[in-house]
Amino acid sequence: MSEMAAQGKEPEVLYWVGCAGSFDARAQKVAVAFAKIMNEAEIPFAILGQEESCTGDPARRAGNEFVFQMMALQNIETLNMYNVKRIVTACPHCFNTLKNEYPALGGNYDVIHHTQFINDLIKEGRLKLKGGGAFQGKRITYHDSCYLGRVNGVYEAPREILASLDNHLVELKRSKTNGLCCGAGGSQMFKEDEPGDKRINIERTEEALETGAEVIVANCPFCITMMQDGVKAKDKQEEVMVVDISEMIVSNNRL
Amino acid sequence: MIQQILFAIVAIAVFGFAFDRYNKIYRNIRLGKDYDTSGSEAARMKNMLLVAFGQKKMFKRLIPALLHLCVYIAFVVTQIELIEILIDGFTGNHRYFYPLLSSISIGGFDMYWFIISSIEGLSVLALVATFAFLARRNLLKIPRFRMSEMKGWPKIDGNVILMLEIILVTCIFTMNAADDALYRLGHTHTNGLHHEVGSFGFAVTAPLGDLMYQFFGQFDEMGIWMLEILERAGWWGHILVVFLFLGYLPFSKHLHIMLAFPNTYFAPLNSRGEMENMPDVMNEVKMMMGLTDMDGSMDDPGDELPEFGAKDIFGLSWKNILDSYTCTECGRCTSVCPANVTGKKLSPRKVVMAVRDRAEEVGTKIDSGDYDANNFDDGKSLFDYISREEIHACTTCNACVEACPVMINPLEPILKMRRYEILTESAGPGDWVPMFTSIENGGSPWQVADARDKWATDATKENE
Repeated sequence: MSEMAAQGKEPEVLYWVGCAGSFDARAQKVAVAFAKIMNEAEIPFAILGQEESCTGDPARRAGNEFVFQMMALQNIETLNMYNVKRIVTACPHCFNTLKNEYPALGGNYDVIHHTQFINDLIKEGRLKLKGGGAFQGKRITYHDSCYLGRVNGVYEAPREILASLDNHLVELKRSKTNGLCCGAGGSQMFKEDEPGDKRINIERTEEALETGAEVIVANCPFCITMMQDGVKAKDKQEEVMVVDISEMIVSNNRL
Repeated sequence: MIQQILFAIVAIAVFGFAFDRYNKIYRNIRLGKDYDTSGSEAARMKNMLLVAFGQKKMFKRLIPALLHLCVYIAFVVTQIELIEILIDGFTGNHRYFYPLLSSISIGGFDMYWFIISSIEGLSVLALVATFAFLARRNLLKIPRFRMSEMKGWPKIDGNVILMLEIILVTCIFTMNAADDALYRLGHTHTNGLHHEVGSFGFAVTAPLGDLMYQFFGQFDEMGIWMLEILERAGWWGHILVVFLFLGYLPFSKHLHIMLAFPNTYFAPLNSRGEMENMPDVMNEVKMMMGLTDMDGSMDDPGDELPEFGAKDIFGLSWKNILDSYTCTECGRCTSVCPANVTGKKLSPRKVVMAVRDRAEEVGTKIDSGDYDANNFDDGKSLFDYISREEIHACTTCNACVEACPVMINPLEPILKMRRYEILTESAGPGDWVPMFTSIENGGSPWQVADARDKWATDATKENE
């Protein structure tokens, strides 16, 4: 972003990578996949790089408002300095916080999730699907993340993308408004589970395996981690893949 | 005349008692903090009409929704008959609306017949639903009615309400049937029908009235006397159960029949993804970061450390407390809670019930006169009702918020208690400490030495 600003250029959209996309080995692949899609569609985009920091979501939901405010106010300073208007992110938690929580702190942006963004690109004809790829004809299932689905009501955009790819979608028993959490939200990602009978990701993975799908499609880096762990715990990693929607597009277009 | 005096005494006593009790609940709700009720009134009205009046969210589960709809519609429509009974009670004017309404004809039937027959038909449906509910609660093994927070009083409470419903319907049917038999014998007290002979022909009670007529008709004066007693017993039974209900409601989960309306009206209009901002913390952080214009407008924080989050009901909003009194303990929230379905201790319903129970405890202590409402301290708090293990288990997935048919938010008290724990007590799960430190120092919940855009530079290199 700072390079573009120095050259006096304005990106069409700012890609908010998020901590997972930046640092988590698995989520980095999603970040690369999404960047490839934007390049393919010739979208001039920027990232904040070192100037981006955690949105503060995990701190806020754990109860640590101080750390949240520190992150949020710093990010808003940066975003406002670059006069950012439109933000796209591949993380539903970043998406929710940027979209719904930053306005009260003085950060007002048009924020969309990458599944909405990609769906719009396809609809507008800016991204042409070539057909084929590793997921062609596969039986797949789709896991709604809480913060994209139930919290922000985005159920259709990801499903529309999946419908435009050649595959067989089997819905989970609990989907859309009834979707079951992967177990990572509310800062559970960063702590051990409380005592119980079962881990939440195992419950959800079992449900996904019941569909007989070979591919579990997600839209959130934390869901991917949780579902991947679940699949491993069930010793199904040879048969079942956990992927982000963007990775299906990359495979489809062989990017 | 004696009946009217008796009725007036009972009615005034019941209304007085209920008024006092509802007042206390209102007071308890107001113990909570201010809550922003700005925003479109039309949107609020729409929520109330769709969700409370229209039962929209009930229909996420079809069978209970249909059963509940039967009881609900019967209850609403029965109010017409209740008005008539109240007029009768105070004035001795039996079936006050009969002369007027029976003179209006719709499709060959008189209006009075139509209304009462509709009420009777709906009451039969309500009765069927009530038995189904009793079966669901006591015979069928429906998990959400068998959880630990449903033991004891909540279980009794649910059954008491259903029993009262059965008595209510039985009484009104007895009254209508006996009155019909009296009409057949030329002895009804109905307005304008004295000494007339006929039948009301009401959908459900006319055949019953015929049976009573044939049976009691054999005993001449004695039979008429017994029918009159039966009719009055039905009448008094019905109205006394209504009064009992009115006085019992504010002690019961059944209060939702009233509070569902304000609760949906005042439900937040903003995105459920937005946690309530804490301006105090925001301003302090702004000051730390040198982001405020220092024109001396900052309030002096004083010596006392402010309390953040909620330790007790006083730290919740009044809407959170209204939520708790609106809860009818249906458990839909808990049955969709990912923590609960995987055996964790957290139950959103229990959290809401705990808020109410604590509000009740605080209210009772204030009423005892030994405690000051403005500076309340009895050495207890919400943490005595809700354990830390419970609040730590929440994934903030909003499934409970989505599930509630009357727009209760069980998540908010949990998050406010987390805020208290972290901000005021500096406690909380140990696992979170490194996460906080890492975010604060490195801008990421993980301690990573790499540059934030290393993934991008690596990918670019790979492509070259």
